[in-house]
Amino acid sequence: MGAVAVREAAAAHEAHDESFIRHYIFSLDHKTIGKQYFWTTMFMGLVGGSLAMLMRRHLGWPEQGVLDPAQYLQAATMHGTVMIFFFLTVILTGAFGNFLIPLMIGARDMAYPFLNMMSFWTLVPGVLTILASFFAPDGPAGNGWTSYAPLAAVAKLSTGAQWGQTLWAIAILFVLISSLFGGLNFLTTIINMRARGLSMGRLPLTIWGIFITAILALLSFPVLMAALGMLILDRTAGTSFFVPPGLLVGGQLVRDRSGDALLWQHLFWFFGHPEVYILILTPMGIVSDVISTFARKPIFGYKAMVLSLAAIGFLSFLVWGHHMFVSGMHPLLGGAFMAATMIIAIPSAIKTFNWCTTLWQARIHFTTAMLFAIGFVSLFVTGGLSGIFLASAPVDIYLHDTYFVIAHFHFVMASAALFSIFAGTYYWFPKMFGRMMNETLGKIHFVATFLGIYATFFPMHFLGTMGNSRRLYSESFYPFLAKAPPIDVFISISAFVLGAAQIVFIVNVFYSLVRGPRAERNPWHANTLEWQADSPPPHGNWGPEEPVVYRWPYDYSVPGAAEDYIPQTMPAVPAGAPAGGEGE
Amino acid sequence: MSALERRPDERRAGTWMGVLILFILAAGFVSFVVAARIWWLPPLASRQGVITDQIFNAILIATAIAFVAVHAFLGIALIRYGAHGERRAAHWHEHLGAELTWTLVPAFGLVVLAILSEVVWAHVYSAPPRNAQVVEVVARQFDWHVRYPAPDGRFGRTDPKFRSTSNLFGEDPSDPVNKQNVVTTNDLHLVVNRPVAVRITAVDVIHSFFLPNFRVKQDAVPGRTVTIWFTPDRTGTYQIACAQLCGAGHYTMRGNVTVESQAAFDAWLRSQQKP
Repeated sequence: MGAVAVREAAAAHEAHDESFIRHYIFSLDHKTIGKQYFWTTMFMGLVGGSLAMLMRRHLGWPEQGVLDPAQYLQAATMHGTVMIFFFLTVILTGAFGNFLIPLMIGARDMAYPFLNMMSFWTLVPGVLTILASFFAPDGPAGNGWTSYAPLAAVAKLSTGAQWGQTLWAIAILFVLISSLFGGLNFLTTIINMRARGLSMGRLPLTIWGIFITAILALLSFPVLMAALGMLILDRTAGTSFFVPPGLLVGGQLVRDRSGDALLWQHLFWFFGHPEVYILILTPMGIVSDVISTFARKPIFGYKAMVLSLAAIGFLSFLVWGHHMFVSGMHPLLGGAFMAATMIIAIPSAIKTFNWCTTLWQARIHFTTAMLFAIGFVSLFVTGGLSGIFLASAPVDIYLHDTYFVIAHFHFVMASAALFSIFAGTYYWFPKMFGRMMNETLGKIHFVATFLGIYATFFPMHFLGTMGNSRRLYSESFYPFLAKAPPIDVFISISAFVLGAAQIVFIVNVFYSLVRGPRAERNPWHANTLEWQADSPPPHGNWGPEEPVVYRWPYDYSVPGAAEDYIPQTMPAVPAGAPAGGEGE
Repeated sequence: MSALERRPDERRAGTWMGVLILFILAAGFVSFVVAARIWWLPPLASRQGVITDQIFNAILIATAIAFVAVHAFLGIALIRYGAHGERRAAHWHEHLGAELTWTLVPAFGLVVLAILSEVVWAHVYSAPPRNAQVVEVVARQFDWHVRYPAPDGRFGRTDPKFRSTSNLFGEDPSDPVNKQNVVTTNDLHLVVNRPVAVRITAVDVIHSFFLPNFRVKQDAVPGRTVTIWFTPDRTGTYQIACAQLCGAGHYTMRGNVTVESQAAFDAWLRSQQKP
């Protein structure tokens, strides 16, 4: 479909009458769909966070036996599954992607509004399935969020989770299909429907992040979908993709199998490593835009930022084996994956330095959104640096599958992505709901969350250096871990503080939704297109005239300009401003 | 309502935020210094582990420098550049030299580390020395089973078709050598200063053979046997931990390791011989 045809279709769709169901339930409007995603995934984030609280309640005081071993593993498995598949992945693309893409590129809606609606309504059965699995006869899946075969492939080998593991696979299939619909739509929309004058070289970095994320999703999700299909068949139809011959199952020798246990890991991590970048590229974009806006200064090295996003995206397909250094795959493969892993750290370092440089000689406004964006940089640095230990395969032999890994990915991926979600929520809440969030509550939320995250995850490095394996119900069986319990108590208490801080956020969201002061169009004096629409934007986003773009989005503090920001829709170059180099 | 004031004074907020970042810097640094005395790598007991620990320490120093530098930069920038009055931010956003610097400096460090790691990696997975003691390990929910060769160093024939709960290694009953092979459960004996090659597999799910004191870890994967080797160089008793989730009893899957002299090992092995 050409760009013109797409625009006409969008205009036609804008003209229709809307019933209640069309408007609020089976809505075709990207903003409503974005909000549907927002509330659904925030709820799932709450579910995942509650499971983490349950885990920490147990791990701080394992002798009290709040959970039994199978229940503990189920809580841990579902915490990871819910957080990764049902919260982080979906809120970034589903909520922020859907809401922001048309607004930031000056379109009236997505290229395929119906597909967009289908995307959300494919997620819903996935959410219901994963929630239903908690009520399965022997509980939800409990074999880790990675569900390694044969543990997860042969029901009799894992205690509990006979039904739960199958429901787990089905639920994730729904999420992946939903994300594929979204990804196709995002790419088509960004490529075809940008406002006049908005070349790719003038796109805000948020959109660049979402764009590359969508490519990664389209290339990696089908691989996991295939693997999940094979896992379901192995569990229910007697196939043996992942089940090798010669297993002892329930005391009996099983010989009529011919699969390979490592195949699951290769397929899973071929998806899984792009996935962690799917969870961080959009946040990188969001944070770049928030930092530039509140630093009142152009983002440093725009081209390097775009190129490094693209480089990370490409390299993310070549590093999956670093999850498998000790899996028994050929050492030569390990060597190759180690080299690729070291290389992918370079674009990440470039981005970090560019964020820092953007702050130098800035005029920073410390809004809550900005605090979370700065917090993101700190968390990303901390998590990125611990990643270097794990990238070195000989060191990883020791640290693999210890708490060091848990510390690493909770900083670099989970917490960092979470901080970008908070930054994005405080930043775009006025646009989404037409009201400002409370800044005082926001700052309390930030300080408690920032300190809470560090206090929770930083000590996990030391459990890792001691050699404490992850997914242990209790470390009491291992004398060499005798000094671990005080750390676990400290982590648990910190986690409760972190959890309690999120109540402040929830209160703030609902209070501001009702009582927050009305937001003007452009409360942050930002340049990107969404701030030229009403807050909240009407159906169709723009009035009769679609916006036309004349400049890149980072014209902050241009010398000689009347204001310290120049929206992308501002035509003439102000007198005295440098004419070149504005991102073209 | 507009949230950004035209004549703001954000300096106090900037000081607070900068102090918060510098506090993270200090707390992160101090906690590592304290942890290195209390919660650290368990005592080293293998030759291979020496170089592993050296690389670990080298990365620790390099990352500590980066951690301190970035947080110090952030903290200072936040304290210095809070918005105030009508003065505007500087307007610059490209600098080829700066960008090349922070592309090439980390790249250089990472390449050095990669080469160093590749060399060690190749050594870790090199062929075991000829004089190595050989043991076989089979992991099964939730125990470590170890098989030792006959006094002449031979292992009896095995075949998975003979495998059962009482014959995890699948020893061929028709091979007399199997009568001289010793099988123990959760009890691994090694000879000090003699390389040991461990052939590792599993018979149900994936486990991971983790010897923290020896800096050794290898997944035990059903359907394939992986050989690793190392040289224990300190006598004593240590533990095998399972590092891969293998079911509800994962946390109980502990084995004991005894490193002893050749004479003590021989005496122990004789005492374990099947009557």
